Amino acid sequence: MKKNRRQSRAIVRLKEIWRRFCKNRIALAGFIVFMCIMMVVVFADVIVPYEMTEKPSPPDRLTPPCAEHPFGTDEFGRSVFARIIHAAPNSLFIGFTVSFGSLLVGGTLGIACGYFGGRFDNLIMRFLDMISALPGSLLAIVMVAVLGPNMRNLIIALIVGHIAGFARMCRSVALSISEQEYIKAAKAGGSSDLRIIFRHAVPNAASTLIINTTMSISGVILSACSLSFIGLGVQPPKPEWGAMLNDARQYFNGSPYLMVIPGLAILITSISINMMGDGLRDALDPKLKS
Amino acid sequence: MSEVNHTPFLEVKDLRIIYKTDLETVYAVNGISFKLEKGQTLGLVGETGAGKTTTALSLLRLLPERTGKVVDGTITIEGQDLATMDDEALRQMRGGQIAMIFQDPMTSLNPVMTVADQIGESIMIHNPEFNKEQILARVKEVLNLVGIAENRASDYPHQFSGGMKQRVVIAMALACNPHLIIADEPTTALDVTIQAQVISMMRNLRDTLGTAMIMITHDLGIVAQTCDNVAIMYAGELIEVGTAEDIFCAEKHHPYTVGLFGSIPNLNVKVDRLSPIPGLMPDPTNLPEGCPFAPRCNKCMPICEKQKPGVYQDGEHQIRCHLFTGAAKGGQ
Amino acid sequence: MAELKTAAPLMEARNLTKIFNVSRGMLHAVDGVDFKIYPGQTLGVVGESGCGKSTLGNTILRLTEPTSGEMYFEGKEYSKVGKREMREMRKDMQMIFQDPYSSIDPRMCVADIIAEYMIINRTYKTKREIYAQVEKLMDTVGLAKRLAEAYPHELDGGRRQRIGVARALSLNPKFIVCDEPVSALDVSIQAQILNLLMDLQDEYKLTYLFITHNLSVVKQISSDIMVMYLGKCVERATSDELFANPRHPYTKALLSAIPVPDISMRNKEIHLIQGEVTSPINPKPGCRFAARCPMARPECSQESPHLREVSPNHFVACHLEE
Repeated sequence: MKKNRRQSRAIVRLKEIWRRFCKNRIALAGFIVFMCIMMVVVFADVIVPYEMTEKPSPPDRLTPPCAEHPFGTDEFGRSVFARIIHAAPNSLFIGFTVSFGSLLVGGTLGIACGYFGGRFDNLIMRFLDMISALPGSLLAIVMVAVLGPNMRNLIIALIVGHIAGFARMCRSVALSISEQEYIKAAKAGGSSDLRIIFRHAVPNAASTLIINTTMSISGVILSACSLSFIGLGVQPPKPEWGAMLNDARQYFNGSPYLMVIPGLAILITSISINMMGDGLRDALDPKLKS
Repeated sequence: MSEVNHTPFLEVKDLRIIYKTDLETVYAVNGISFKLEKGQTLGLVGETGAGKTTTALSLLRLLPERTGKVVDGTITIEGQDLATMDDEALRQMRGGQIAMIFQDPMTSLNPVMTVADQIGESIMIHNPEFNKEQILARVKEVLNLVGIAENRASDYPHQFSGGMKQRVVIAMALACNPHLIIADEPTTALDVTIQAQVISMMRNLRDTLGTAMIMITHDLGIVAQTCDNVAIMYAGELIEVGTAEDIFCAEKHHPYTVGLFGSIPNLNVKVDRLSPIPGLMPDPTNLPEGCPFAPRCNKCMPICEKQKPGVYQDGEHQIRCHLFTGAAKGGQ
Repeated sequence: MAELKTAAPLMEARNLTKIFNVSRGMLHAVDGVDFKIYPGQTLGVVGESGCGKSTLGNTILRLTEPTSGEMYFEGKEYSKVGKREMREMRKDMQMIFQDPYSSIDPRMCVADIIAEYMIINRTYKTKREIYAQVEKLMDTVGLAKRLAEAYPHELDGGRRQRIGVARALSLNPKFIVCDEPVSALDVSIQAQILNLLMDLQDEYKLTYLFITHNLSVVKQISSDIMVMYLGKCVERATSDELFANPRHPYTKALLSAIPVPDISMRNKEIHLIQGEVTSPINPKPGCRFAARCPMARPECSQESPHLREVSPNHFVACHLEE
């Protein structure tokens, strides 16, 4: 009985959030585009077989878009269409795991620091200052070089590089929330610290966190590409959007499509995610209920 | 007040202001008229959302440009129509002829400028012919007026306490010898003893400089201590206007005024319960058709809900209520 | 009233002190304050900003830990009891906050805000019972049932403050600290909330510690009044006695500074006190008010005056009264 009631309340609230999300045209458009991209990710092999991405075919090199190769071919004669499709899972996976991973780690540290303050706060924040004192790419290069170049290590390296930013942001949000009187009110009612954090601090910080996380996804995809470029990220011939963008630079004069297409892929993905994030923030905020 | 055929210093006629956004239209000020003579103090009294600050901002044409709009009425200052002034004349008027004191002294001072620079800035704008020494001399003069030692002129705002900051703000307002000072809740952010100091200082300044003043406040106590005339505002309308004697001593009052007095705990008599006004201020996007106070009024009659009341006038005393206009007509 | 006073005090503080260690020195927010509050009574605490009245309220509920001193609730010393026990005791001691805009979580709906304390403390077994109780509480404080699912931003200040009152009542407390509960409200709404607080006191036999800077409000609601200045209690008496016969120069100044809504009082002589509240950080020895006091004597800046009973139940801390 008790559980039922709680569930139904939660469901009502989720439905309400969904309804408000759908009312926002831009957010809905972003959501639809993003769902299309996810379909491409899931059905990549159905759309075009994976072999096409790695099989070089020298006679066809640098063919502009045509019926046989919808997006043209690259310097080895590989189909750009196939490579774009099969790069989507890699790029998106990196983007999402890194963003949410660093949100989880950095956010937990940041909120704990902002809420508890004192010596704990000092210790953690000074340590994070140390990390962010190193240039992000250098840190990632060193880590990947030490751990060995593969996708898992690339993700770990990128997460470490992004933690400090998220932690600092969450800390400032938590600090401003912990000064609000409703936190004191919750204490007066006997709430434990954990309950206060999850029931009051996190929901009120949510809007800032959502926006920053979705904004960071496109940035992460791009920074993964620079690592792929120097051979420390996704290993060629595996396709990856950032790496494709980089490879195409020297052929830009003759074959601009080589650069435009992966660029567009990154652009469309990040815009749709940002639009979705914006809509989600508004849908979660009871103040904007209409 | 015997001569009638001269132009008053400030005259507001049938002023209507709305705030229009995509979603809704807020009717902030709905046809108010009042006059102010030189050297007089008008108290504009009302609760949050009554339209007091909107009225004040419109006197300086400082309404938010994108949303705020004067839809009707005229404001005449020293015979000049405000609506026809060009930008240059407007700039001269703001801070020159009319100065405004805002509620919160903490946010109306720039934290990275010394007090002397901030006061000097407006002197410089309005008196371009002044050299540095002259400006500094004037800064010291106004600081003396508000009771701040000259040697503190080069201090920064954070080095002053709350009451002192409000004095600095007042000094800034006085710097260019304004003819009218609009004070928007000047003491709300201050402690009682400091409030008493600031109020008595403002009274002295008004008496010595002869400046006209509009005192916006929700505190009837402050009105009683400082104002010559009082206008009580409710939902964008002036429901009762009169001299201080009319408001505090006369027998006839608008029911809202009665409610306002009933809400203040009396220091001399202890009663078991206060007599507050029930209910809330009407939604300014959807005002009632008749009298705006009708839904909360304990003397509400059927006519109140349908028709806007006319004005009952007794000398300077005006009450906008069917109770009295009806009585005047029907002879109860 | 006299009968009640023979009973044991519900709340008592002895030599309560709270000193904050700030970068510029020791901030004496509350400095050796004593008081007793009897069941069903209201102690009004008046003072200007920075006099430590809010810190006093927080310290009583141990939302801030006291530096020293003893606090008794129903005769039990609780200034050092453990977290768990304190949580248990807080059910009887609640707080109503000053700012109805920041004291309730903007992301929760009205019913959830009122239910929260009961959920945390498992007052009832089922959610259904809790929400039934929420409805009753909303009724008690005069909130319409249809507002249960509303969010705070949809409501005005007065209604929000009613939510705060309902939440404070939800655990059936015996004692409530009201920290400037009406300061942020308009006069007409202020009177509504004051009436509500007084009605609730009669109905549930509540005891209040009522903190405010507004002297007319405190007179209306309090049976006893304590005037604080820079962390010290300078005068304490029954409400009527204090207003009729103020003894401390600060109390006199405070009373005469209130603007009275009566124009016949316009030209009355006001005892303006000069200067402003000095800093409570590393205070000088002697009476804290000495620097602003119109009647200060040499000994005032040397020795701190003690609170002494000048007439029955009227305590003043001033050298002039010795």
